[in-house]
Amino acid sequence: MLHTFVAQVEDRPGVLTRVASLFRRLSINIVSVTVGRSERAGVSRMTLVAEAEPGAAHRMKASLYKLENVLDVDDIGQTSCVVRELALIKVAATPATRSHIFELVEVFRARVVDLAPESLMIEITGVQSKVEGLIQVLTDSEDRILEISRTGRMVMRRGQHTSRVLEAMSAQNLDGDFVAGTKPRPDFMPDKSDLAS
Amino acid sequence: MSDTRKSGDPSSPTQAARLTGAEIVWATLDGEGVREVFGYPGGAILPVYDAMRKFPIHHILVRHEQGAAHMADGYARASGRVGVCIATSGPGATNLVTGIATAMLDSIPIVCITGQVSSKVLGSDAFQEVDITGITLPVTKHNYLVTKAEDIARVLREAFQIAASGRPGPVHVDITKDAQQATADFDFAAAAPRQYRPHPMLSAPASSLAEASRMILGSKRPVILAGQGILLSRAMEQVRTLAERAQIPVGCTLLGLGSFPASHPLSLGMMGMHGETWVNHAIQEADLLIACGMRFDDRVTGLPSTYAPNAKKIHIEIDPSEINKNVAVDIALMGDLGEVLESLLPLLPKRDGSAWLRTIEGMKGNAAVRDIQNLPDNGHLYAAHVINDLWRATNGNAIVVTDVGQHQMWEAQYYKHNEPRTLITSGGLGTMGFALPAAIGAKVACPDKEVWVVAGDGGFQMTMAELATIAQEKLNVNIAIINNGYLGMVRQWQEFFYEKNYQSTPILSPDFVKLADAFGIPGQAVTTRAEVLTAVATARETAGPYLINFMVEQEDSVYPMIPAGKALHEMIHRPPRSAIVEDATDI
Ligand SMILES: Cc1ncc(C[n+]2csc(CCOP(=O)(O)OP(=O)(O)O)c2C)c(N)n1
Ligand SMILES: [Mg+2]
Repeated sequence: MLHTFVAQVEDRPGVLTRVASLFRRLSINIVSVTVGRSERAGVSRMTLVAEAEPGAAHRMKASLYKLENVLDVDDIGQTSCVVRELALIKVAATPATRSHIFELVEVFRARVVDLAPESLMIEITGVQSKVEGLIQVLTDSEDRILEISRTGRMVMRRGQHTSRVLEAMSAQNLDGDFVAGTKPRPDFMPDKSDLAS
Repeated sequence: MSDTRKSGDPSSPTQAARLTGAEIVWATLDGEGVREVFGYPGGAILPVYDAMRKFPIHHILVRHEQGAAHMADGYARASGRVGVCIATSGPGATNLVTGIATAMLDSIPIVCITGQVSSKVLGSDAFQEVDITGITLPVTKHNYLVTKAEDIARVLREAFQIAASGRPGPVHVDITKDAQQATADFDFAAAAPRQYRPHPMLSAPASSLAEASRMILGSKRPVILAGQGILLSRAMEQVRTLAERAQIPVGCTLLGLGSFPASHPLSLGMMGMHGETWVNHAIQEADLLIACGMRFDDRVTGLPSTYAPNAKKIHIEIDPSEINKNVAVDIALMGDLGEVLESLLPLLPKRDGSAWLRTIEGMKGNAAVRDIQNLPDNGHLYAAHVINDLWRATNGNAIVVTDVGQHQMWEAQYYKHNEPRTLITSGGLGTMGFALPAAIGAKVACPDKEVWVVAGDGGFQMTMAELATIAQEKLNVNIAIINNGYLGMVRQWQEFFYEKNYQSTPILSPDFVKLADAFGIPGQAVTTRAEVLTAVATARETAGPYLINFMVEQEDSVYPMIPAGKALHEMIHRPPRSAIVEDATDI
């Protein structure tokens, strides 16, 4: 199955290699990874999608936390969140074929962002199936796709689980006793309680 | 130590000063309490070597950088302190890698410092440049490339903290030559790392603790699995209390030997591939396993799907990624072992375990003590006798550092370890060549302890150049070579599983006694059982190092043995009527 993790990592050289190396060692295929700056200075946000057995989530998360540069890991699992992917698609198009492509773009709520004599470029944002739907239809209508660039999945929990909340939660946890007798970390709560509005 | 320092001296770690990066390396090590380092110089680390004389730290010159890493490792295993090794860039650094991986697999805290080419030429294939942090990334707990003098103190202090905290492990710090040569303000206190963050998934909630204690009280056939985590967490007392209060027998992993006294009535001995028959049977029949600081390595579980099929499992472990990795467990108590047990013990009343203990006693027969002393001398010299005599002669008080192979398993079977950190051995990686350098590290860490190397003729030849280090440092390390003329453990596998095709396992050795003599180290060869105790006595009485070349039975095998991929109860036993026993019924 596909596992999705959002990791807050230190924004330093080599951190991506460490994360990638960990998955390589576990021989788990990374389906997509998007990295960029987060709302915190010096912290990058990574959305990582990996193909692995259902039971592998604990090990992946626990192993990620063993990397010194990893600050926080959120196993998105089945929880309610917004998932988006951005794709740029360049399609061969002559003045004759343009109009039906414009129609498709309209139906998919995509946009044409560049127009050249022999091609045009489409920008589409959405869940994976939407992006794949457009690619499929373009292929079926015998439009020649010249280039595709996809970002892979970006994920954010809905509602209260912004990273600021997570930050507050982990700050709380750091002060507390991590060993015996303390209340479980929010991570250990059943998935249901993680579901936001 | 501070009385030797003058004020304004760069070696005074408490005082802020302007120092070169090289000086900062030593000042930081000094501040961390390091008194000995193991290393080998070269161009890219020369500024550091040049600055050494100003600091109260002793440098032990090794003969190969692999030895430096093993020495730091042996130092850490013997003392519990962080071991430090130093090498130059390129070949010096790559030579460390086996030693670093050895420490990684056994969770040993060491800090490895390497020189690197100047930051201006990084990535240009400069002379002796190698991407060493790229190479050590998967075999270190963490690593750093430092290119600025002002980062050195902070990074080194962080390295010590990371190496020693949580689940320990090796940390590698690669420092460019220009960073060593530049100057920066040095303030030891200001370079302190931020407060250590435990693994965020650690948790041992009260409900799980209560459930664990209920499970223990309700169990009929419990076994404690004692691993090296007991030593790392310094939880010997707590484990002993647990065992005694609930009357639970204790089996040890190879690295766990010494974590629970071998002579304790509840001690069963070693489990696993070459473990005692009764321990493995007890595990297979158990209804509860309490795993304390061990990780269900394949060498102790055999085929995981057949492992302890009737047992509930409680896993007390500091590394959450070990939970359910090899064996699925019923309760995970994730935290420092000693702390978790401190919370568990108050919930645990006394428990009567006599019926199960009697059953195990029955499994042992009368072989419980591996009493081979009473066997008649048949003219052959067996490694088991050598080890057992070494145990008797040293009253079990020596630090024994083994290499890897048959002799390692015989040591584990026939030397009874009552004290923690008295057996030093490469378990996870099984690194031949480990013993001699690791013993040097152990002796440097514990100069007042008697230290013995127990090595095979094969593995000893991998790092025997370190005899020169022993001679140069005048270290009183005793060396027992168990010389069977073979890469014995591999020969044994060829005997059992490859139709005795002894391909490439007979091994020619130099005359080890003459070799030692060339280094000014005295020694003798022993060919009969009658000579063993006197030779050991001579070695012990000799003030400096001493080498004994024990010419043992050539085609002896280690029994019992669980073939790889088989279940614990599918052991191969010693054929009947053979000279050495594993079970008194064989006599
Ligand atoms: C560096 C390294 N290379 C190869 C091996 C595989 N190996 C394991 S035991 C062994 C034989 C060891 O022979 P020796 O040192 O003579 O010890 P013995 O088994 O005879 O006691 C070998 C080759 C290893 N563990 N480490
Ligand atoms: Mg041998």
